[in-house]
Amino acid sequence: MPLILQPEPNASVLRHRDMILHDLTQLAEPGTVQSQIEARRAFETDALTAYRCMPFAVLLPRTTEEVSRLLAYCNVNEVKVIPRGAGTSLSGGALPTEDAVVLCLSRMSRVLDIDFDNRFARVEAGVTNQSISEVVGPDYFYAPDPSSQLACSIGGNIAMNSGGAHCLRYGVTTQNLLGVKLVLINGDVVEIGGSHLDSPGYDLLGLIVGSEGQLGVVTEATVRILRKAEGARPLLMGFNSSEAAGACVSSIIASGVMPVAIEFMDRPAIKVCEDFAHAGYPLDVEALLIIEVEGSEKEIENQINLIVGLSLQHEPTVTRISKSEAESAAIWKGRKSAFGAVGRISDYVCMDGTIPLSTLSETLTVIARICSEAGFQVANIFHAGDGNLHPLILYNANTPGELERVEHCGAEILKHCVAVGGCLTGEHGVGIEKRDLMPLQFTSIDLQQQMQLKTVFDPHWLLNPSKVFPLDGRKAA
Amino acid sequence: MLQGIERPLEERELAQLVAEAARTRWALEVAGSGSKRRIGRPIEISGVVTTRNLRGITLSEPSEQVISARSGTLLSAVEAELAKHNQHLACEPVDLGPMLGEAAGQTSVGGMVATNLSGARRIQRGGVRDQLLGLRAINGRGEVFKWGGRVMKNVTGYDLCRTLAGSWGTLGIFSELTLRAIPRPEEVRTLVLMGLPDSIAVEVMCQALATPFEVSGTTHLQAVLAQRLRLPALTNSGTSVTALRIENFSPAVAYRADKLKDLFVPYGDLIELDHAKSLAFWEELRQLSFLQGSVDPVWRISTAPKMGPRLVESIRRYRVCHAAYDWSGGLIWLEVPDAGDAGADDIRRVVATLGGHATLIRAEPSVRARVDVFPPLETAVQRLTNGIKQAFDPLNILNPGRMYPGQ
Ligand SMILES: Cc1cc2nc3c(=O)[nH]c(=O)nc-3n(C[C@H](O)[C@H](O)[C@H](O)COP(=O)(O)OP(=O)(O)OC[C@H]3O[C@@H](n4cnc5c(N)ncnc54)[C@H](O)[C@@H]3O)c2cc1C
Repeated sequence: MPLILQPEPNASVLRHRDMILHDLTQLAEPGTVQSQIEARRAFETDALTAYRCMPFAVLLPRTTEEVSRLLAYCNVNEVKVIPRGAGTSLSGGALPTEDAVVLCLSRMSRVLDIDFDNRFARVEAGVTNQSISEVVGPDYFYAPDPSSQLACSIGGNIAMNSGGAHCLRYGVTTQNLLGVKLVLINGDVVEIGGSHLDSPGYDLLGLIVGSEGQLGVVTEATVRILRKAEGARPLLMGFNSSEAAGACVSSIIASGVMPVAIEFMDRPAIKVCEDFAHAGYPLDVEALLIIEVEGSEKEIENQINLIVGLSLQHEPTVTRISKSEAESAAIWKGRKSAFGAVGRISDYVCMDGTIPLSTLSETLTVIARICSEAGFQVANIFHAGDGNLHPLILYNANTPGELERVEHCGAEILKHCVAVGGCLTGEHGVGIEKRDLMPLQFTSIDLQQQMQLKTVFDPHWLLNPSKVFPLDGRKAA
Repeated sequence: MLQGIERPLEERELAQLVAEAARTRWALEVAGSGSKRRIGRPIEISGVVTTRNLRGITLSEPSEQVISARSGTLLSAVEAELAKHNQHLACEPVDLGPMLGEAAGQTSVGGMVATNLSGARRIQRGGVRDQLLGLRAINGRGEVFKWGGRVMKNVTGYDLCRTLAGSWGTLGIFSELTLRAIPRPEEVRTLVLMGLPDSIAVEVMCQALATPFEVSGTTHLQAVLAQRLRLPALTNSGTSVTALRIENFSPAVAYRADKLKDLFVPYGDLIELDHAKSLAFWEELRQLSFLQGSVDPVWRISTAPKMGPRLVESIRRYRVCHAAYDWSGGLIWLEVPDAGDAGADDIRRVVATLGGHATLIRAEPSVRARVDVFPPLETAVQRLTNGIKQAFDPLNILNPGRMYPGQ
């Protein structure tokens, strides 16, 4: 039995399933409502594949108006709605319940406007992260770059406030979003923000980003686009210990040099990624840093010299600067396909805690102890520059009891992150995965305050309700 | 019993005060150091709570670029602490004191966050909202709540930092805030073009941001406002002033300045401000020196950058006004001489047509009582806004009516 429970389904909705399907079909355009088992099965899980549950229907609307009609119906009839983009959530954010419909935005994938003068692009919520950079390229780009960028949608990025390797320099989704078109559960369509930088009243946009599909359905987004740097170059540095690598990261951050990315991998992670991508990672080191700098040729050289100089006191055993575009691409391919590469050799759960940088080496020791005591192997991949850890704990999903034990192990790691001043999740979101751990970080007053906001937007708690907040203690909200 | 001005010394005392006010339904004016009391709608209150005695830096981790302070701590104290480690706040918070006829440097960190008024570097490094990593605050029920922490990335729960930034004390009273800092650049240089009309200036600024040279400040002052600048090199030019800032390691600054000069030579004579002059120039912009020495109404307008000049031009059709542009044209400080209602009708009409929103920053209390100070909201957004206020302050006792009538 997995540790995370789903709430009791709404019996009345299950009983009236056929009627609801009939009504939704009447309201929707042809082809929007899918209720055959094969169609529904494709939506029974996201990237947290240990959890599955089939929704009773899948809705694939093409316009904001259609979304509005469908939501208004669901609101009146108390049908739960699970918004979904590409289903790459690692926290179970898009996991359905049996009394819910999945509302998937994948057919809304048009680019609506590109305005280079004012430096924004307006797109529908279903466009993939990467395609925004493609359409505004080659001179411009959309900055947040989750490793899943080929697949994940901007709507999902907004719901999770997703980050990526280059967010160290350019910020995460929330810093790169100017506006959204949001459909509320009652069907109201609200424009929040626009093509300007400040909000008129309360910062509703700031609240929507990271609200995990619980406050409304995003159908359009206006994102900032940035001019690309003249050039970029990664360098690799290998160390004999994780501590040395961590200390090197601290030295770089404290010095004032601002690399655009500082990524960390430990020995097991290096091996798996190298086998997959043949990036030329050194295999005889305990820890590897990928550090990327940007600028003109001269500026790149200057920054690399500074970084190499700073690193000397930490005694790197390997320092290698990329010499070609192809080499740079391979270096990033290895890092960005890390989860997939680990997935080829084993089942894994991916943690996402964030810690103060000064506690990095202590935290690594604790992670190693927790996992070895439980008998699990762990591969560590971090966005080191901002203290965001991704320990991947390897396990066998087919061995009864292992999922529970690995979840327990993950919870212990997150407990430690919170205890040293960090948090449960840096970019993957709470979802169902960390829902029941929220009291580690928040008091009941803290949680009530957030849940009251949910009630403002969604009085009957129909939008993605089984996520984020522990099931106990919800009544008062 | 609450009487007059309350200056709690501890978060707990502050929470007790608010809880008592909630019990007795006493409306509270929430103030930090009080430097921005003259902004917003005038409000009916029974007492004032200031955080001015909640002082002190509670965490300073230069190697991680984080700093925490109790909310009444002066921003200048936080900046002094950061300066010791050669760091500063990326958002360059605006100091409204001097343009409202008060002393400079009186802003508290709580006031800075509650007003969310970011300076020139907003375009490149984010605003006040983006530097706020964590908060502790008291809601209108007198409960202490927190969000975030001291780490750079955090998506645990709804983002209450951004929700409360810019809420003008209407949702909660901050007791402690944690901010992110960045290293000060080794060198700052400024390129200045003289005499450009607004539309060309905005074109230059947008073009500058469309280069890969990380321009971190873009501002344009019409001649009337430029004359009020204090920097000798610029004061008496008698023309408009357009400035572009570059910050980085010295070799990069030199290289980038050259590239930008090549690009903008066709636009006329270029003056270059060196490091020291640049620091002085951008510091006086932070204090809005170009709006000081006048008591005329001032609006702060947010719009799409290229729309800025058109918007100002349209308003000028109805009344005299003087504009300063920041954020490459996307932020306008508009001074409107002798106008009974501060020009509210004309300005709001034009902004509604061309897109964006306007807030009245400087005006007599009688004017602020008569016109909407904050931008009127669309019905559905107003409904959400009312709901959010309710969720934090159900009895409507925190700065009631400061942003919107009746709440
Ligand atoms: C291999 C791999 C690598 C990854 N790397 C990263 C990484 O580097 N950084 C990172 O931050 N994340 C990463 N992720 C996690 C994931 O890709 C992100 O959370 C992503 O933003 C999810 O987008 P999606 O379109 O797949 O959303 P989904 O998984 O479909 O949904 C995610 C959440 O968003 C909500 N949602 C989706 N669309 C909307 C909408 N239009 N309106 C309202 N709510 C909506 C859903 O209800 C759900 O709560 C990775 C995942 C994988 C599988």
